[in-house]
Amino acid sequence: MIRIALRMLTGDTAKYVGLIGGVAFAVMLMAQQASIFVGLMLRTAAQVIDVVDADLWVMDPRVIYVEEIEPLPESALWRVRGVAGVDWATPFFKGLTVARAPDGRLQQVFVLGVDDASLAGGPPVMLQGSVEDLRRPGAIVIDRVGALFIWPGEEPAPGKMLEMADRRATVVGIAEASAPFTTFPVIYTRYSEALRFAPPPRKPLSYILVRAQAGEDIDALAERITAETGLLALRWQDFAWRTIRYYLTRTGIPINFGITVALGFIVGAAVVGQTFMIFVLENLRQFGALKAMGVSNGTLLRMVLAQAGAVAAIGYGLGIGLAAVFFEVTGRTNVDLRGFFLPWWVAAIVAFAVVVIILVASVASIRKALTLDPAVVFK
Amino acid sequence: MSAVVTARGVAKDFPSGDGTIRVLHGIDLSVRSGEMLLLVGPSGCGKTTLISILAGILSATEGAIEVLGQDVRHLTPSAAARFRRETVGFIFQQYNLLPSLTAAENAAIPLVIRGERLDRAARKARAVLDGLGMGAHADKLPKQLSGGQMQRVAIARALVHEPPFIVCDEPTAALDAASGHEAMRQLRESAVRPGRAVVVVTHDPRVYGFADRIARMEDGRIVELAEDAAAIRRMTEH
Repeated sequence: MIRIALRMLTGDTAKYVGLIGGVAFAVMLMAQQASIFVGLMLRTAAQVIDVVDADLWVMDPRVIYVEEIEPLPESALWRVRGVAGVDWATPFFKGLTVARAPDGRLQQVFVLGVDDASLAGGPPVMLQGSVEDLRRPGAIVIDRVGALFIWPGEEPAPGKMLEMADRRATVVGIAEASAPFTTFPVIYTRYSEALRFAPPPRKPLSYILVRAQAGEDIDALAERITAETGLLALRWQDFAWRTIRYYLTRTGIPINFGITVALGFIVGAAVVGQTFMIFVLENLRQFGALKAMGVSNGTLLRMVLAQAGAVAAIGYGLGIGLAAVFFEVTGRTNVDLRGFFLPWWVAAIVAFAVVVIILVASVASIRKALTLDPAVVFK
Repeated sequence: MSAVVTARGVAKDFPSGDGTIRVLHGIDLSVRSGEMLLLVGPSGCGKTTLISILAGILSATEGAIEVLGQDVRHLTPSAAARFRRETVGFIFQQYNLLPSLTAAENAAIPLVIRGERLDRAARKARAVLDGLGMGAHADKLPKQLSGGQMQRVAIARALVHEPPFIVCDEPTAALDAASGHEAMRQLRESAVRPGRAVVVVTHDPRVYGFADRIARMEDGRIVELAEDAAAIRRMTEH
């Protein structure tokens, strides 16, 4: 009977395509909206996520997200280095300045100053040039998309010049960096150069990056740093979440975008549920005939669930594929949309949502079939 | 001839507003092995309700119904489904063929319901369709068939599992006179045999001649029973 149920499903090509299309559209809507929201939130912590060589970020305890910097005194660096279990601790500068291109074009940029000696906290992925080139005077590494903003229409390449705070900077490398929330170009340079390129406050040290000694318990080390220095030490994941939480709780973004995501889910649920329910209701007379001929309620239930499972699986596969293609294409063709992707767990949540929606629609519609008076076929 | 179906004092109430309305009043009827009985009468007289009860689709409010000695009135829903699956063949007025299945697959449905694989059941159904002159159309979808051909597929579906009891609801209502006559002829030839009872609900007097007996109903009661050729002829003329 399951085979017959599936044949009933695919018998009318137009209806079948409409049903699968409806589910696929709903899945795409849910996955795409939720993924964009996730991508937007991850952008807020992009510069935290991109520092791959440190175990801990150390900061003033009043810092609640990465952009709200409370500078530290230079002595903080020495105090952190003195904590047992610290392998190395390096200064990290984060600031904003205005870059001037040779043609006079102005562009606000992030300046990230990494340790002069170790270059710890440098670009995560180098596309052209080497991180070691940062040791040259006035050297900067710029992120690929940032270079396109500053030199539109030109292939990003080392050798280009910039001015920041009336000082000349030379591009020595092109890096791939996570898209920041504000989409400003990201410029990496040595700590000492950064203080010249971005006018520093009285205390220039933004953060301290810490690597734990081999075998050291990182959480215990973070607690020890906090206890001994009075500074806040966080794993990068915790600092990223702290930043994301700030945007979630202190800005209107989650409410505004959350409404869009919620609408995506509601519209998706309505499309999936209603489409499937209409399909079952349209087949009610056929179910009635089968019931009259002796099909049990259990078999009817299995038939509808088989139809629901097929619709959900095919519709989900198409919809999630479309969402993935959307991010793949837009990520390649539109620099403003880079960094947005389809997280596996969003795909999993959408799958769960589709299963729930389809089950609810199945139960709602099968109830009609199960309570159907088989005598309907004589009417 | 022994009775395949026996109904004694069958009454049926349906809910109506705050109370109930009685649509069948103490029906006594038996359908014998090897006979075709026609239930006739005006619309709303209770014909369809009566065959629904005899076929185990509806339960009677009062009375006793036995099919091959089995009490049909007090079956649980699952037992009623099993009874219909094993014992009854159905022919519906609107055919109720599944549009996405071929004629052979449609005719095979009762076998599939009983647990056979669709492809094997369809092979058996093809033989029944052959017997009804539908062999050439076995692989066609219902939308490719005429009304008469669809009715023959419905007849094949009612016969394929060789049930001892067949109920037909207005089998000629959707057919023109020639097709209706042909459908009744084939039903008569293929369905009526020893050990099986066939009950046909109709209000088409042109097919009365195919009956062994005719029960005429009015207002939920059997008011006349034509039991021989002369009586049937008189009823047809009236």
